[in-house]
Amino acid sequence: MATVAPYPARPGRGAELGLLALALGTSIYAFAQVSLAMTGELTTDFKRFAIGYPALALVVHVLLRLRAAYADPVILPVAVLLNGTGLAMIYRLALRYQVSQPEFGQIFSRQLIWTALGVVAAVCVLGFLRDHRTLRRFTYTTMLLGLAGLVLPLVPGIGVEQGGARIWIRLGQMSFQPAEISKILLTIFFAGYLVTRRETLALAGPKFLGLRLPRPRDLGPIMGAWLASLAVLIFEKDLGTSLLFFGLFVAILYIATDRPSWIAIGLLLFSGGVVVAWRLFAHLQTRVDTWLDPFADYYESGYQLSNGLFGLASGGLMGTGWGKGRPDLTSLAFSDFIVDSLGEELGLTGLFAILICFLLLVQRGMRAAMGVRDGFGTLLASGLAFAIALQVFVVVGGVTRLIPLTGLTTPFLAAGGSSLVANWMIVALLLRVSDGARRPPPATHEIDVAGLMAAEEGSQAA
Amino acid sequence: MNAQIRRVAALTMVMFLALFGIVTFDQFINAPALRADPHNSRMYYASFNKDRGPIIVGGDAVAASVPVDDDYGYQRTYAQGPLYAPITGYYSISLGMTGLEWTSDEILQGTSDSLFLTRIQDLITGSQPQGGAVELTIHPAAQQAAYEGLGDQRGAAIALDVDTGEILAMASTPSFDPAVLAAHNTTEVQQAYDDLLADSANPLWNRTIAGNLYAPGSTFKLITAAAALETGRYDPDTQLDAPSRLELPDSSAILGNMGDSACSSTGTMTLAEALAISCNTAFASLGLELGDDVLRAQAERFGFGKRLDVPLPVTPSVFPPDPDRPQTAMSAIGQFDDRVTPLQMAMVVSAIAGDGVLRTPHLVRTERGSDLEVVATTPVTTLAKPLSPESAEDLADMMVRVVENGTGGRVAIPGVRVGGKTGTAEKGEGKAPDNWFVAFGETDDQAVAVAVVVEDGGKAGLQGTGGAVAGPIARAVMEAVLDQ
Repeated sequence: MATVAPYPARPGRGAELGLLALALGTSIYAFAQVSLAMTGELTTDFKRFAIGYPALALVVHVLLRLRAAYADPVILPVAVLLNGTGLAMIYRLALRYQVSQPEFGQIFSRQLIWTALGVVAAVCVLGFLRDHRTLRRFTYTTMLLGLAGLVLPLVPGIGVEQGGARIWIRLGQMSFQPAEISKILLTIFFAGYLVTRRETLALAGPKFLGLRLPRPRDLGPIMGAWLASLAVLIFEKDLGTSLLFFGLFVAILYIATDRPSWIAIGLLLFSGGVVVAWRLFAHLQTRVDTWLDPFADYYESGYQLSNGLFGLASGGLMGTGWGKGRPDLTSLAFSDFIVDSLGEELGLTGLFAILICFLLLVQRGMRAAMGVRDGFGTLLASGLAFAIALQVFVVVGGVTRLIPLTGLTTPFLAAGGSSLVANWMIVALLLRVSDGARRPPPATHEIDVAGLMAAEEGSQAA
Repeated sequence: MNAQIRRVAALTMVMFLALFGIVTFDQFINAPALRADPHNSRMYYASFNKDRGPIIVGGDAVAASVPVDDDYGYQRTYAQGPLYAPITGYYSISLGMTGLEWTSDEILQGTSDSLFLTRIQDLITGSQPQGGAVELTIHPAAQQAAYEGLGDQRGAAIALDVDTGEILAMASTPSFDPAVLAAHNTTEVQQAYDDLLADSANPLWNRTIAGNLYAPGSTFKLITAAAALETGRYDPDTQLDAPSRLELPDSSAILGNMGDSACSSTGTMTLAEALAISCNTAFASLGLELGDDVLRAQAERFGFGKRLDVPLPVTPSVFPPDPDRPQTAMSAIGQFDDRVTPLQMAMVVSAIAGDGVLRTPHLVRTERGSDLEVVATTPVTTLAKPLSPESAEDLADMMVRVVENGTGGRVAIPGVRVGGKTGTAEKGEGKAPDNWFVAFGETDDQAVAVAVVVEDGGKAGLQGTGGAVAGPIARAVMEAVLDQ
């Protein structure tokens, strides 16, 4: 009998509450340290956080008990811990900037509001979306909205260019990175589209160098995704977003079809596009040069990365401790370079802990993908999990000089509203899918109820 | 599709492993190189953003760090700045460090090896390393007496404990306020620094150990006398030629005495008498008899030409390398190219008063951890034995006669055995001389050696003599030390 029960049918809400207590305790402790190190007292902001943040987390926890009782118990605490750590660092920097750079003095209060909005977004997703399969109905709607989000920054009047990349839109006081939301919408689209087309796309074509290639006529979708990502690269000059979308598409394509040749084709196409773009665009060449030697042009292009690396180095193994380093010496210490800021004050040890949190989030997402019974859910969860992994890899690799620097936000940590809201929605989707994965199959009329109950009693006895 | 998901999950593991690897590289393997990078302003700020330890004199901090709310976190302050500036130096953001702030930086900063245990503790408890303290040998009252005695005059005064080598006073005037240079406003600091550099009186010099050095004048006669006694062919009663005018050999130059007076009616006098009245012709002819090699060897036994760190670096004093005979005669009475630091002359006196034993001069008595627990004590060591105990005793008695019935009468202190020697270093026709007084004062408990120099006759100008101008300062310092 090939009945597979990958998850025990235990809701795990108790475990989640325990882990939440740990995550909240760590976050509040971090806040207290920041507050004491920077001001010598426990500030009003600390008290607000110490009351408000657990309240937000508990809202989600209670909602899960009501609406997704079998959801993975690790995902929420990890998100709460990461978001809390990011808030503590942003608070720490804001306290510093109030003295040195008043223009950044508001980053903390904004981030706090965005955290609340992010949690509200997650609550909405969990509350309104009772079954993730509903999303499959909107496959093409999400595609249109997702693509619209991608091109929105190009619209004159609302699109803004910052740091060489045109990926923001500004409406009045608020600026927003629509690509963050597009990431979710397009993952839904990829999952919905590929789950229907996977049989066709998996069909074998000619064999080349030992690799079985797809049929030429099936190349349409990947070419479409490639062209879209190239458009992002060329018109919005954003290598990070471009890489994220294309990598995401190729990963889901591979999972759906089990054809490694798609990965080969994808890599080939993308590297071709990047090489051409690299030759065409000076700012990409600068990025690569800076990556190869950040000190060559220290006072101009290399300044930011060098200072980020200095921050990491001065953190060493144990870090300087909350509030005791100088992360504010690195520009954009609160957004692109927040990982370097955390590395400086929490050390190698702290940064490993943060990376492990991300890895946990990714792996729990993959678990949910493997456990869920429908193909759409599998592709959606694995796609979202892979998107987190790829994004963390690209941004952390960029600020640690593993790969050239590109403009992506660090999920949950970096200051930025769109990113926070989007990532809380991803967490909500992963929770929803994991609930589907772990929930015991409903008893149907075909099943002998008495037999089932007997079996259940047996398993309880065992 | 689970097999593919496992592979993709494995890929994400690989990606994260790469991140673990690079973070380890940045924060551990390559971190020392990044920390040492000259561009790294963090290390620069961090070195200032530390509770740097105090410099302590007589139980009070003369330099200390207080927390302030700016980029640097701490402000260095100097109580009685000008009084101690030649010793402490300054600790400046834009100008760097000088003085003990520089030479004792490791202990003050808390990075010294002697603080090893404290640092281990800091590592375990996670507390920010705190700087250690440096306790000086300076006697506050003696330092005050030296500084006030010099007053508005340019000059230097230094006092040594004969038995230990401890530097009890080290004053140099004009001085400056290190607090001004330690301020965090770099523009104002630069302006103040430029003004100090432009000042022709050179307030940044520590004249006791560095600067332009001085011609020792007649105080050098102590070295000439020591060289003579050490040959064994002379004793304090040996008769010396003492003409009123000495024709220098191989030249047409003629050397006279101060005021062109005759030293003696008979044309000869004893070595002791010659020292007591500081007879130039007697010592010049003695120098000619001894020759420059003997004089130089004796000077080097006292420390001439040798590097010394107290721990402030001391400029070596100079006896001319290759003088002809008239130059040798002039060198024997402290003219020509003799150049000395006041510390060097104090060392000469200290060896004479200390039975021929010269203790190593030093400024730092103890190094202490941030809890003020002593972690290192500077030991009393012998730097050299420049002359035999017998010669030293004879010479000390001769110096006492200088005070009792010679040129040094002004420094006599009731109840104290005081020996001295005046010096008036000529700097040319119409120029006021530099006035010297070197002395020792001895009680049953303690012996102190002092050297004082006042430039250009001080307040007395052309009329200045060592006994009148520098003598009272030497006496005040000795009185402060011996508490008379």
